Amino acid sequence: MSKRRLLIQGGRLIDPTQNLDEQKDLLVNGTTIEAVGDPGIFDAIDLPDAQRIDATGTVVTPGFVDLHCHLREPGFEDKETIETGTLAAAAGGFTTVCAMPNTEPAVDTVAGVQFLLQKARQEGKVRVLPIAAVTRGRKGVELTDMSELADAGVVGFSDDGDPVSDGYVMRYALAYSSLVGCPIINHSEDRTIAPGGVMNYGFASERLGLAGIPAAAEEAMVSRDIALAELTGGALHLAHLSTERSVDLVKNAKERGIRVTAEATPHHLVLTDRWVTGSAAGLGASLVSSGYDTNTKVSPPLRSDTDVRALQRGLEEGIVDVVATDHAPHTAMDKLCSYDEAAFGISGLETALCLLLHLFDQGVLSLETIVRSLTEAPARVIGRSDIGSLRKGRQADITIFDPKMVWKVDSRTFLSKGKNTPLNGVDVKGRVVKTIFAGSTVFSL
Amino acid sequence: MSRVGELLVTETLPTRIPPRKHVIDLDDFLVEEIERVLSVTDAMKEILGRDIKKAPSLRGKTVITLFYQPSTRTRVSFEQAAKILNADVINVSVSASSVAKGESLLNTFRTLQALAADVVVIRHPHAGVPNMLARELERVGIINAGDGMHAHPTQALVDLYTLREHLGSLAGKKIVIVGDIIHSRVARSNIWGLAKMGAKVTLCGPPAFLPVSEAFTQIGEESQVSIETSLEASLDGADAVMALRVQLENHTRRGMMSIRDYVRLYQVDEYRLELAHPNAIVMHPGPIQEGIEISTAVAGGAQSVITEQVTNGVAVRMALLYLGVIGNESAV
Repeated sequence: MSKRRLLIQGGRLIDPTQNLDEQKDLLVNGTTIEAVGDPGIFDAIDLPDAQRIDATGTVVTPGFVDLHCHLREPGFEDKETIETGTLAAAAGGFTTVCAMPNTEPAVDTVAGVQFLLQKARQEGKVRVLPIAAVTRGRKGVELTDMSELADAGVVGFSDDGDPVSDGYVMRYALAYSSLVGCPIINHSEDRTIAPGGVMNYGFASERLGLAGIPAAAEEAMVSRDIALAELTGGALHLAHLSTERSVDLVKNAKERGIRVTAEATPHHLVLTDRWVTGSAAGLGASLVSSGYDTNTKVSPPLRSDTDVRALQRGLEEGIVDVVATDHAPHTAMDKLCSYDEAAFGISGLETALCLLLHLFDQGVLSLETIVRSLTEAPARVIGRSDIGSLRKGRQADITIFDPKMVWKVDSRTFLSKGKNTPLNGVDVKGRVVKTIFAGSTVFSL
Repeated sequence: MSRVGELLVTETLPTRIPPRKHVIDLDDFLVEEIERVLSVTDAMKEILGRDIKKAPSLRGKTVITLFYQPSTRTRVSFEQAAKILNADVINVSVSASSVAKGESLLNTFRTLQALAADVVVIRHPHAGVPNMLARELERVGIINAGDGMHAHPTQALVDLYTLREHLGSLAGKKIVIVGDIIHSRVARSNIWGLAKMGAKVTLCGPPAFLPVSEAFTQIGEESQVSIETSLEASLDGADAVMALRVQLENHTRRGMMSIRDYVRLYQVDEYRLELAHPNAIVMHPGPIQEGIEISTAVAGGAQSVITEQVTNGVAVRMALLYLGVIGNESAV
């Protein structure tokens, strides 16, 4: 029996794995990509039962891959579940999400990985790839069974939420990473430099009277991690880079041939610590109406203008490889308290694209960079050339977005359980209109 | 007997000053507004000087003091101010450790609103809580009695009033704030207030206690706010020196500074005070740790106005309560 065909016509197709950026039509057969062809070429073939999607005016790309998100299950199902997290992913154009292991219990055993994969098969709307903890219980002391975990389907190791603080543990984790073929993803932040910090250290923190986390806290550990990657030859992936000097350190490390990759989040690429004083507030403006929005509290913190610009440049120049959301959903109660007490994290899957397209609109990032950082680059970091591409024969994971569509962020309409976004009520441009996973539509606007 | 009270009620307020519902910090006060608070404080001080200290201005109004941090002076000061103006006062003390999450904070506040409070005076260990409550609640006026390291606007107004009593206009006057600036909500609010009144402010202390960004030095005009690590240099020609308490409890970790070194370099003592203007006044927002940030001789000396600050505290808070309730009603 012939499989059902899907024909996507009239769109601008961008696929960095094929150096493609032009008007192309895309033919899907069942769950796989059958062919990419010039506009109208498939009309010549008799495809009577093909479903047709008119993609005129939109951009068609490989399904996005999120290297860094928190699905919260098991243990924190009030914040998010695999079902709601993958629904949100589909709405954000993501067909693959890598789930961080800071759950309860932490994903640090094969049984934990199998639970996650089984749950994802049953309830997931898109592909879920597990990341396992670097250390047992994420306690930072003893390495997990990394080889066994890698065989069970883990694509990386991370104690994210916390850094791997102990240099000896990090050194040996990196050494093992080469053996098992998975990167060590570190939340690089020396917490001893700024205990109790809740936002970026600088102008805004001094103004607000909040404890600041200096850029040096990140840079100190980024620097250590790069030195250890060089020492061991291990594969280091730096999570959510946030400072100018971190970008410099990565640039220098790459020039020296060290195996390091880096990601930045959409919020660190666009928002500054001025958002903590209130999005529109300048010096001397009243903080009554908009200051201390706990939805701006995130780790690492929103940084200065200089840092944000350096991250943007780093991404466009390829120093920062990947855009990852660090989607960190929380309940309303986790955020409805004082800034000091509020949980760290931004619900980011459903606003990632519009923030990046804002930078495209501003002429800061090219569409090619944006698509690469969401598709080819994250797939490369985890060594999965089978995803993030529209080549013939690959699974048909496709994202279609309208870069010009104007909409207003309304967190109440999020499919994620986490409504925690500082962007609520903000007018943005660019939106996913359709997400296709394995040939089936999993999101349609 | 209620002559002044009646006078105040019928006083026509300048129309160009918008009605103020909340007192969160001095950053959003107009100069004219600060002047108005100080002039109403004069009238309140007159009431305080009488045999029978009562005015009926806030009769039938309810003021709730909600303190999530221990306080004697500030809470009593508000309580006395409200009682002299005939308001009903309810004091609520909450131990911060018993409040696990903000849910209970908001619920507490909604309960207070349901109790038909007109003004809630709040002190909280976390910065921004008064801002948050002002956003959440519609009807109640919020007066910030100190939030984390953020702001303490009523103390700053007390200090402005006390300075004015002694120095007259503050324009061009040199005011030194010495001590743990970065952890001090009193310093933060004072910097705003002093800069708006045209004073030249020098922030002095060891580097770890000083701001590093331009957050403060950009306040005001023509570098009105400067930063200095030498107390001797700071005091040169100063018209007033304000010593701050070394807030060991607000430092994330102890042992990050030697108290002996602090005393050696930054204690306001009789020798250093000689470097200031001969008529310079010495202030301290309290509570004082004599022998650390200020010597006993200076704290109790002729130039000290520390006890006056306490008395003025009641008058300023009377003025704020009065303007917060009556000022808004008249402005409607």
